[in-house]
Amino acid sequence: MCLGIPGKVLEIYENGGIRMGKVDFDGIQKEVCLAYLPELEVGDYTIVHVGFAITKLDEESALESLRLFRELGAFEEELQAGDERPPGVNGT
Amino acid sequence: MKYLDEFRDPEIAQKLLDEIRQTARRPWVLMEVCGGQTHSIIRNGIDQLLPETVEMIHGPGCPVCVTPLEMIDKALAIAARPGVIFCSFGDMLRVPGSERDLFSVKSQGGDVRIVYSPLDAVRIARENPDKEVVFFGVGFETTAPANAMAVVQAKQLGLNNFSLLVSHVLVPPAIEAIMASPTNRVQAFLAAGHVCAVMGYWQYVPLVEKYRVPIVVTGFEPLDVLHGILRAVRQLEAGRAEVENAYERAVRYEGNVAAQKMLTEVFVVTDRMWRGIGTIPNSGWALSEKYAEFDAARRFDVGDIQTKESPICRSGEVLQGMIKPNQCAAFGRECTPLKPLGATMVSSEGACAAYYRYGRFVSAESIAAPAQVG
Ligand code: SF4
Repeated sequence: MCLGIPGKVLEIYENGGIRMGKVDFDGIQKEVCLAYLPELEVGDYTIVHVGFAITKLDEESALESLRLFRELGAFEEELQAGDERPPGVNGT
Repeated sequence: MKYLDEFRDPEIAQKLLDEIRQTARRPWVLMEVCGGQTHSIIRNGIDQLLPETVEMIHGPGCPVCVTPLEMIDKALAIAARPGVIFCSFGDMLRVPGSERDLFSVKSQGGDVRIVYSPLDAVRIARENPDKEVVFFGVGFETTAPANAMAVVQAKQLGLNNFSLLVSHVLVPPAIEAIMASPTNRVQAFLAAGHVCAVMGYWQYVPLVEKYRVPIVVTGFEPLDVLHGILRAVRQLEAGRAEVENAYERAVRYEGNVAAQKMLTEVFVVTDRMWRGIGTIPNSGWALSEKYAEFDAARRFDVGDIQTKESPICRSGEVLQGMIKPNQCAAFGRECTPLKPLGATMVSSEGACAAYYRYGRFVSAESIAAPAQVG
């Protein structure tokens, strides 16, 4: 029950006073409660748990993570000589 | 699919694995707290691909597994009553109680229904004013916002035939209990990404300071898990102990503020019993006074419950990372997902079920151990 899945917001509306929306999960559409994400807009991606959107997915962070992964190994020597952490990966 | 496929790329996974291999110069023991991560690790064979220096032990983060037996028995007693519609997430139906499970209550005529969201249970209550509708509100901080909203909606609608059987558990007190145990082997934690999406990761700062243990917020896809492991190992090798976020696309430091506000309105922190582990102080949520009228445990008097746990099941040790599932003598023999003896064999998030499903029948220890005579 803890497996959250990413989906794309297709529609936002009110139902019984609650902010709801239609979210697409790779072709399967479901009604999802959006009450906890007032800033979420149509076209955004979100993680849904038991029918509730709990967080907005951030495109820039996703691309940044992937870029860092791809660069792994390429900077090995510099990394070993200098800071342990690659650029952009911050601590707390 | 966007945000999934990119984080499953085998070539990048290999790079991360190489980086982990080069970084881990000494042996380290890491625990993934969340059952979803356990599932991902076993399904993708990450446990077998990691260098020998990195051992993953599986934590107690499967809500189905840690819901106390007494609560399951209570659920069974309520579900068997005439006039009750008992609603639950699907994975609770096969969890063994002392005598039977929800599935068998259903097959014996009980009105047990699987719902996708707790709001569905509220709808069922509206549509059936002559029935008592009870929702089994289990889970970690991820399912709590949904359960809270269900209660709030029921109150707004003035529904007096809806109630919640609450057995919520919290991650930070569980980490604290593991660290405080004299038998603890864990040196770093992968924190559950979606719990942190709701709660943020500010809660882990005191733990990191008190126990000098690295905690890395980690996602669920193979690259996410490997990234979390890499960041934890880097900290260990450098002698650092910090909270780091390796799941930045989904988790912010402060978490989901609107959800947290609702949670403090609807729930209060309480001591909670964890199946197989015991009582952990301040490790759960119960309904606050304001919503006490929706508490199924108060509404239904089920009398004294005498619980009876399987005498051979070692799920408590599995949940605390003391043994791997395949070190339990019943694993795959008396105990299978179709006939589970313990809750860890039920849910796909349970370590025993993941080991069974992906064929981890022989323990690494027994492969490594020299042949014994006799
Ligand atoms: S394999 Fe079955 S009996 Fe053994 S610990 Fe796991 S759930 Fe319990």
